[in-house]
Amino acid sequence: MSDNVLLPSGSIEKQTTTLNLGPTHPATHGVFQNIIELDGEKIVAADSTVGYIHRAFEKIAERRPLYQITPLTDRLNYCSAPINNMGWHLTCEKLLNVQVPRRVDYLRVIIMELARITDHLICNSIMGVDSGAYTGFLYVMQYRELVYEIYEEICGSRLTTNIGRIGGFERDFTNTAFEKIERFLKEYPAVLKEFENLFTRNRIFMERAIGAGPISAERALNYGFTGPNLRAAGVDYDVRVVAPYSRYEEFDFEVPVGSTGDSYDRFLVRNGEMWQSLSIIEQAMQKLNDLKGEEATVYHADVPEYYLPPKKDVYTKMEALIWHFKIIMGEINMPAGEVYHSVEGANGELGFYFISDGGRTPYRVHFRRPCFIYYQAYAEMVKGAMLSDAIVVMSSMNLIAGEMDA
Amino acid sequence: MALTNEYIKEKLVEKFGDQVTDFEEPYGLLTFRSDKDLNLKVLNFLVEEDTLQFRFLTDICGVHYPDHKGQEIAVVYHLHNLKENVRVRYKVFASVAQPDVYTATGLFAGANWMERETYDFYGVNFVGHPNLKRILNVEEMDYFPMRKEYPLEDQSRIDKDDEMFGRAGF
Repeated sequence: MSDNVLLPSGSIEKQTTTLNLGPTHPATHGVFQNIIELDGEKIVAADSTVGYIHRAFEKIAERRPLYQITPLTDRLNYCSAPINNMGWHLTCEKLLNVQVPRRVDYLRVIIMELARITDHLICNSIMGVDSGAYTGFLYVMQYRELVYEIYEEICGSRLTTNIGRIGGFERDFTNTAFEKIERFLKEYPAVLKEFENLFTRNRIFMERAIGAGPISAERALNYGFTGPNLRAAGVDYDVRVVAPYSRYEEFDFEVPVGSTGDSYDRFLVRNGEMWQSLSIIEQAMQKLNDLKGEEATVYHADVPEYYLPPKKDVYTKMEALIWHFKIIMGEINMPAGEVYHSVEGANGELGFYFISDGGRTPYRVHFRRPCFIYYQAYAEMVKGAMLSDAIVVMSSMNLIAGEMDA
Repeated sequence: MALTNEYIKEKLVEKFGDQVTDFEEPYGLLTFRSDKDLNLKVLNFLVEEDTLQFRFLTDICGVHYPDHKGQEIAVVYHLHNLKENVRVRYKVFASVAQPDVYTATGLFAGANWMERETYDFYGVNFVGHPNLKRILNVEEMDYFPMRKEYPLEDQSRIDKDDEMFGRAGF
């Protein structure tokens, strides 16, 4: 080095640069922070900070009757809130030993698979956005909108759905809802095909995604990965298959798996799952059409202790009025016991660990949030990669701040 | 041969004798507990024993039972054998005065944040954890908020005086 260059003292010794990615970086799509130590453009270490939107749901749930906990679950993975709602209802039904009619299961399957499609749709198209391709995102967004209209038709809300009740649904699906589902089934395959045409064999996208943030099956299992991220590493673990709920065992579908566990495989697995979900919805619609007589119209189980009676009856019948009052005021004692139930959320195994001491509210509820568990592998996955890879890996993992922070 | 709850129980009793206790099967899920100092031995046995192979850690969480004197804090592990598709639930109890439990991070990389979360909310001191600090709450917090002595605010309290949202009026 020539003598006439003056550098601040210590700057020669420090070989690396510290970079803050987040908490409000456009690529985090949520509030969490990655502190990245860079050598040039190469990542030598990373550390993550979460908890910016922690809302103490587990604590709040200890003081709420069951039906008031459903809206809390909406706000975990808010890209697929209906799956969380259904998971919660199923957990309560397991504890309370409630059997739901066949039709309710099929309706639930339809809703859960629609939610899975919207979640994967967002994740994959956002991955495009983060690697410089905005078009795909805007193109598929109109079909997420259509799914949100379906939710709206069923439960009245769009993002945080609070859909369904213990025992079934608050009201039957309207004809408009079924028409919109049919429309989605008819139009969406062409859209998904077009989306795949834009990305899957796109040279720029492939070069960004292939080899970015790989993880071996062994490491993924050790880290507690579940869902598409685990399947991308080659493990065919899917809660819908190993512990079927809502009659998933009656459906015929494949579990797509990858091999290298890199960002590209995660993208492909999610795309594959969207096709499978479409097929599941079609099968469920067929099964609904095959139901006869009373089975074809029922939309909730007969559980007066937990399922609100129709408003008309509340005003005219004493028994319905009593149940209505007891449910709303949270005056129902539930059986004591402890139960763990999990569903295949869009991000992986979404588990609910529920301890009841026989009181009116849960003694303890713990949400097993897949996102929180697999995000800790991020530092290991991006170590040695380029800074630009860190962005693609982050979006391919589908990190949802609401789910991480509970 | 399918892995049954009876077989798991038999294996555990064979290895640990009466140190593993309270076998139950709530909703079909084998649940048991042991002394907290044995937790790594039991977990290691569940993971490594050829016929058990509970290699997947589903979840770790804490529970607070203020009425169990000397055993107030529970740490609950959910383990999963993915090949046979069997789950078990394993609990250890520690006193709230000294909640020291050995860390499972040596067995499962995923235990790291789960244990940090349990520490954050219940104050369980995971001995040997590489980075035991708060994860969801702010680092300056000086209590463990999920313990039962911190109830949620009573909705009917009237001692608050707030100009906009005050309840002092009624």
